[in-house]
Amino acid sequence: MNWLLQNSDKFWAYTEVHLALALIPVVAGLVIAIPLGWLASRSRSARAVLLALSNILYTIPSIALIVIAPAVLGTRILDGVNVIVPLTIYTVALLVRGIADALAAVPGHVVAAANAMGFRPLRRFLTVEFPLAVPVIIAGLRVATVSNISLVSVGALVGISGYGQLFTEGFQSNFPTKIWIGLIATLVLALLADALLLLLGRFLTPWVRVGR
Amino acid sequence: MNWLTDPAHWTGADGVPQRLFEHLGYTAVSLLIAVVIGFPLGALVGHTGRGGLVVVGLTNGLRALPSLAVVILLVLFAGLGDAPVIAALVLLAVPPIMAGTYAGIRAVDPVTVDAARGVGMRERNVLFGVEIPNAMPLVLGGFRSATLQVIATATIAAFVGSGGLGRYVFDGLALQEYDQMLAGAVLVALLAVVVDLLLVGLQRLIVSPGLRSAGTTGRRRKAVAALETGGKQ
Repeated sequence: MNWLLQNSDKFWAYTEVHLALALIPVVAGLVIAIPLGWLASRSRSARAVLLALSNILYTIPSIALIVIAPAVLGTRILDGVNVIVPLTIYTVALLVRGIADALAAVPGHVVAAANAMGFRPLRRFLTVEFPLAVPVIIAGLRVATVSNISLVSVGALVGISGYGQLFTEGFQSNFPTKIWIGLIATLVLALLADALLLLLGRFLTPWVRVGR
Repeated sequence: MNWLTDPAHWTGADGVPQRLFEHLGYTAVSLLIAVVIGFPLGALVGHTGRGGLVVVGLTNGLRALPSLAVVILLVLFAGLGDAPVIAALVLLAVPPIMAGTYAGIRAVDPVTVDAARGVGMRERNVLFGVEIPNAMPLVLGGFRSATLQVIATATIAAFVGSGGLGRYVFDGLALQEYDQMLAGAVLVALLAVVVDLLLVGLQRLIVSPGLRSAGTTGRRRKAVAALETGGKQ
């Protein structure tokens, strides 16, 4: 606890970077996964290719993708982008299947009703099909957010900032307190983010509770 | 990629075959221990239905737990060496195996289990003859998840001095040889993908053909979805 009080500036700096590196991929992943999920819900072959690719990419350990990233992206080894891109890939891989299944599961009569009311495809997607997929998307986002918050620390192994620095510094100076602080802070962030997404999901889909 | 094609990197104590052997060694030993612990526990919880919340909670908690911290803490407390690293790998591999077994047995249609009791099977036979074979797809799903977790974490463990393919990443980092780091990362990625494909093949071999089409029932699909999103390192 003393360490934390004496180094609160450093701790908050790590927190800030850690959150940014974990959450930017969640947003980016969602933005990419929605059109891909839509594509996969429309075409059988697109679905097969996208899901196979997602499975393979999700299989690759994060340390490997973080080290490979500079070679592919042309970034420096210490660049935070090397963490952001792999975590975005994992987020997309987690979300695509759920979004594709949810969009494909929208009942035909609902789509037909929207068509009959004169909705054009884009408006129908945004106001009918997409909202029906929100519960699945929130479930996927919760998993992606929690695992991203945990995965960012792997970046510390190649020198990228975040709570992972507390682990590597704690190891090098044989000071377990730092590691416990980083570990607990990671769990707290994950728990908070998960709870916020749960609430957001409830707020966005009031009809789910009414329907029960 | 010149690093990988240089024959000098394919022989000796720090050659690729030796490092791969070490990596597979850590993986096999820790998975074996994890199965011995996790499978019976998962089967027991699944069969009796008691303690399910604990199993699910443990698996969800694991998703948030940074494995780097687990490895370092164990090494700081127990000293450098292979034993603390393997202990950390076992700790991370038990929950997915336990959860897979538990979810698999829970996902077996209660009507099937009831029918087994109805024809006079004893509890032991219900578990071994009906529940476990029916649970195999999810049991193996949990095992796959655990295997990937272990392969990834064994790489990270090279940071605290253990062997395996992760050595190239950290030796390369220390020497500022990005070539070597990249080669290590590519080898780890390949290993994970190949092992996962082999496990998918094994899954096809082991799982009863009668269960293949059953993979789409609601109960099972829910359980599969819960599991596929298990721990990721």
